[in-house]
Amino acid sequence: MADEPLVLGIETSCDETGVGIVRGTTLLADAIASSVDEHARFGGVVPEVASRAHLEAMVPTIDRALKEAGVSAKDLDGIAVTAGPGLAGALLVGVTAAKAYAYALGKPLYGVNHLASHICVDQLEHGPLPEPTMALLVSGGHSSLLLSTDITSDVRPLGATIDDAAGEAFDKIARVLNLGFPGGPVIDRYAKEGDPSAIAFPRGLTGPRDPAYDFSFSGLKTSVARWIEAKRAAGEEVPVRDVSASFQEAVVDVLTRKAVRACKDEGVDHLMIGGGVAANSRLRALAQERCEAAGIRLRVPRPKLCTDNGAMVAALGAEMVSRNRAASDWDLSADSSLPVTDPHVPGRSHEHGHGHGPGHDHDHVHEVSKENLYS
Amino acid sequence: MLLLALDTATPAVTVALHDGTSVIASSSQVDARRHGELLLPAVDRVLAEAGLKLDAVTGIVVGVGPGPYTGLRVGLMTADTFGLVLGVPVHGLCTLDGLAYAADGTGVEGPFVVATDARRKEVYWALYDDPRTRVSEPAVDRPADIAATVAGLPAVGAGALLYPDTFPDARAPEHVSAGALASLAAEKLAAGEELEAPRPLYLRRPDAQVPKNYKVVTPK
Ligand SMILES: [Zn+2]
Repeated sequence: MADEPLVLGIETSCDETGVGIVRGTTLLADAIASSVDEHARFGGVVPEVASRAHLEAMVPTIDRALKEAGVSAKDLDGIAVTAGPGLAGALLVGVTAAKAYAYALGKPLYGVNHLASHICVDQLEHGPLPEPTMALLVSGGHSSLLLSTDITSDVRPLGATIDDAAGEAFDKIARVLNLGFPGGPVIDRYAKEGDPSAIAFPRGLTGPRDPAYDFSFSGLKTSVARWIEAKRAAGEEVPVRDVSASFQEAVVDVLTRKAVRACKDEGVDHLMIGGGVAANSRLRALAQERCEAAGIRLRVPRPKLCTDNGAMVAALGAEMVSRNRAASDWDLSADSSLPVTDPHVPGRSHEHGHGHGPGHDHDHVHEVSKENLYS
Repeated sequence: MLLLALDTATPAVTVALHDGTSVIASSSQVDARRHGELLLPAVDRVLAEAGLKLDAVTGIVVGVGPGPYTGLRVGLMTADTFGLVLGVPVHGLCTLDGLAYAADGTGVEGPFVVATDARRKEVYWALYDDPRTRVSEPAVDRPADIAATVAGLPAVGAGALLYPDTFPDARAPEHVSAGALASLAAEKLAAGEELEAPRPLYLRRPDAQVPKNYKVVTPK
């Protein structure tokens, strides 16, 4: 529909420079430039390498997205950008570009939350989000269970990892197995040829007294590493396929078990899964199986929309425009620890949307300062 | 001609408009931690002061550093993006050259040094024969390591003022101004000179350590 908002979204919270364009809930363009290869030899994302790459890639990626969408920048109804959470220096490049772009075009700017964007992107795949929606976000940076009644104003954290993110555990085990970085796709591949019940690795935080919705992958990681080292010490060959399958099973078993339990406890009949780990084939299969058994409808976007991208930011930006949420100010900060409960960063001259009490006093200047931007 | 000049390579967030003859509006704020927040409102203010809109700008001039990375990128990203939307050229100028140019008429005679604060107990610096003529590539060094090279020379910039042992004859200007950058660019363009591409002068390799909890972006 032509009267739905046309929004361009910019995402630079980690190592992907993403620029997406949507019209309402329709995806028009999803352009990505990744610096992942430059990080591979370090075994993880190097913030300064990512920030430098964002600066170089931004203008060409915006150009590519406009061409792909076949729209003119003048017709945009708004510019959305990930304001946080993420790597401070990397976020700042995207926020700076978005502000300059919106200002030069004379369009409103929407600083939005990265996690809420991961949820909202599913609108591009499966249509408007049901309200409420339960979301399991799993990636190298996040492992969260979130409940949202309105993605533009109300996102509640039910649980999160207390140590490593799920994707981080995949990276670390891949490193122990000498499989390279990132670890998710390669472990998924080996696991397909292995036996998930070969080794009984521990399921973190699943005891009766443990927090119902929080996650822990640190103990699992240690346990897998010890098991591998013991094999090596005994001079035996490490069964990479069985280790991969058994480790992966331990992760996805806990993730899906807790997500389904949260749906049942909260009376929510939809579960969406997002983030890079949502591309894992076993997570998708087990989630499908358990959701079906529980009468829950599962929504998982295609893998390219699960990993960090600009389309998800545009999707949430379009929703902000549709629901008349206040635009951000020209002095919008990149906020590396933007709380998940803030789906966007409205300008000070506007009232906060519902869901924020008047006592909301998150100090953006302080949050940014402590990251020492001038270094 | 209407040039919009920006520089965020040093603690100064500085913006100026130049009409080809002189600076018609400018703003400079010194706040090393808030480049990202301050720059765009400053652009807006400077345009309002001149009674102009951004689309009247015919060229962008941006300080390319050298400068500590995070702040430096704010000016460059803003300049690149304005250039994209306006379809006007984006010119880069060495930030040290802007400081040298601003030293003209402040009593500096003959060769001198420009030095800015590079943090980590180092300075970004270069040698000049006069305010328009740089005779060394911009470099980053510990002050003590270049003391012999700069001995006896007057010096300008915050980096010089910070290390009196190495730069005993340190003087103003302390910070770069976009006005000076714009005037220098206007002078060069009028003389038919080609300006640099707007690419950052980092001068240091990125710290390659992966932080312990890399990619962890979810607040606990
Ligand atoms: Zn993400």
